[in-house]
Amino acid sequence: MNFASKQTAARPSQPTCLPWPRELVDEGGWLALAASLAKGERELLSLWGESSSVHMAMLEPREPRLRIVTLECPEGAFPSVGGVHPPASRLERAIHDLYGLRPEGASDARRWLDHGRWGLRHPCSAPEKIESTCDPYAFLPTEGEPLHQIPVGPVHAGIIEPGHFRFSANGETVVRLEERLGFVHKGIDQLMCGASIERAARIAARVSGDSTVAYSLAFAQAVEAAFDVDVPPRAIYLRALMAELERLANHFGDIGAICNDAAFALMQAQCNLVRERILREAASAFGHRLMMDRITPGGTTVDLKQENAAALLAMVEWIELMTPRLIALFGDTTSLQDRTVGTGFVSEALARQYACGGYVGRASGRTFDARKAIGYAPYPRLTFEVGASKEGDVDARVWVRFDEVKASLQIVRQILDDAPEGPIIAAWAPPDDWTREGAALVEGFRGDIFVWLRIRADGVVQRCHLRDPSWFQWPLLEAAIKDNIVADFPLCNKSFNCSYSGHDL
Amino acid sequence: MQKFLLQGLLRSALTERAPTPDTASMAELGYTLGRTARQKLGRSLSIREVDAGSCNGCELEIHALNNAYYDLERFGLRFVASPRHADVLLVTGPVTKNMREALERTYAATPDPKWVIAVGDCAFDGGVFCNSYACVGAVAKVVPVDLHIRGCPPDPTTLLKGLIAFVENME
Repeated sequence: MNFASKQTAARPSQPTCLPWPRELVDEGGWLALAASLAKGERELLSLWGESSSVHMAMLEPREPRLRIVTLECPEGAFPSVGGVHPPASRLERAIHDLYGLRPEGASDARRWLDHGRWGLRHPCSAPEKIESTCDPYAFLPTEGEPLHQIPVGPVHAGIIEPGHFRFSANGETVVRLEERLGFVHKGIDQLMCGASIERAARIAARVSGDSTVAYSLAFAQAVEAAFDVDVPPRAIYLRALMAELERLANHFGDIGAICNDAAFALMQAQCNLVRERILREAASAFGHRLMMDRITPGGTTVDLKQENAAALLAMVEWIELMTPRLIALFGDTTSLQDRTVGTGFVSEALARQYACGGYVGRASGRTFDARKAIGYAPYPRLTFEVGASKEGDVDARVWVRFDEVKASLQIVRQILDDAPEGPIIAAWAPPDDWTREGAALVEGFRGDIFVWLRIRADGVVQRCHLRDPSWFQWPLLEAAIKDNIVADFPLCNKSFNCSYSGHDL
Repeated sequence: MQKFLLQGLLRSALTERAPTPDTASMAELGYTLGRTARQKLGRSLSIREVDAGSCNGCELEIHALNNAYYDLERFGLRFVASPRHADVLLVTGPVTKNMREALERTYAATPDPKWVIAVGDCAFDGGVFCNSYACVGAVAKVVPVDLHIRGCPPDPTTLLKGLIAFVENME
């Protein structure tokens, strides 16, 4: 911690974001960046609003990898990015729903998260009361004699989250899938406003339960960046340990569930044994099966005991034994391969255009991994290989998960060997001087999670934006299912395993 | 594949002994389950899970009930794909306003006699999401609830304790 040196520095006139500064741009600058996104010169990381400004985060081809810009829009409108770069479209629709800022020149003006049921329009800035009804929603038209529509959801057949899928099919073949999401919108943006850092951390941990560790880590890193908090080395290792355990548990769960959707239940039964053991070790080591609320700004709330470290090592050895068997079971079962190979194809061009992260991106040739690209601690000190494929189908998304399992096992071993002794949390408090901003990009099991926040001098969160990797994966699912049969949709959907809750906020 | 199947035959079952039913749940249930309903349905119950806005943490633990360690089906409980086949709705989440009608319609589509079990702290009182413009809050504000299983999320053993208390009360 070096608050002392910060205090002597001149008070910044405009809150500056750490570790990546936020710059103000004018309309010309905003449009030039939108055009460069469309040309593929940089990648869109997120787009979010406030009462009278919009912010955009981008991945740059060279250092520093992240760039954040702001456009003031006192008139309540901004030039649309989605109009020229489609990946921004749903983010802009969400900005319009929540903050009332109009994207001018947007290609899609329909509401996205707002279904007309809140009793309010633009709840996060100048809310207007409305009669709470249900807005009609115009699905995109499909034309042709033999086409029929299949509406699915929001309540699905399995134990999964709610969302609506509208299939237009020609016989068995899907001609178009259109998603309608927003059913689990909980108003997280507004709940964050005015929350203490502790409460905000609890909310962040519940944006998407399967990624609770990754979200807590991303939130903590953004707070620590804003306040220049030095996290003790042991805490940094323990956090990475939890993040990798979460990744392992989710990947085994996914691999089993994908195979189960191809009617191969044996794989799911076996994978769930591995998943269950990981969760039990997590509960015994950290006191919670999903490790919820175990990471906090400044460090971790629990330490790893010697005997738990030994139990984790024994578990890693057992998983290392099981993994090749599961790989053989997957790869040698030809009836299963028949379902997964060539199904749900996503092209490399689309994965790059949407800057799609996680296994979906990596299975289609976009190898971005925040652990490598941003290189937050302790990953630069660890050796591991991230998976990659260019096949782009369901099969590739399973193989990439197997590759990531191997990488995580490697990482967990190194952490258990190298984790230094020492304190697990830094003593710190908001220094009550001026408003601060911080940002973080953290690799969850599903892909990179982006967090940007602004905290007032008294330690109250003024705005916190949390961007789930699903924002850039959901649209690709629509592309993946095209020309596949309706019956393969569960398989494709599971191979993506996008978060509804993380997306709907 | 043969190796896995053979191993499955040779080793003893992984399924663990059932936990004793939760006493608090027993007390809550005392009033709710009618005798005639018990006679009609016996111990066999079909469950329809409805996510009414959860963060998906509860779903992960509900899923775990199907793994070899917990093996929910041995208690006569099974998950079904439609409310029309269900006796019990297992509802999670702080009931988002965008899901309210879907939950009401799912409840209406479930044939009588039917019960509702609210799972998780959000389903109990909205949890960390209470007082949001986008959430109704407790499941009980939307449909009548017979049993609450608390936790964020409740672990599979807690879920089992609640569910066993539920079937025990049906006999």
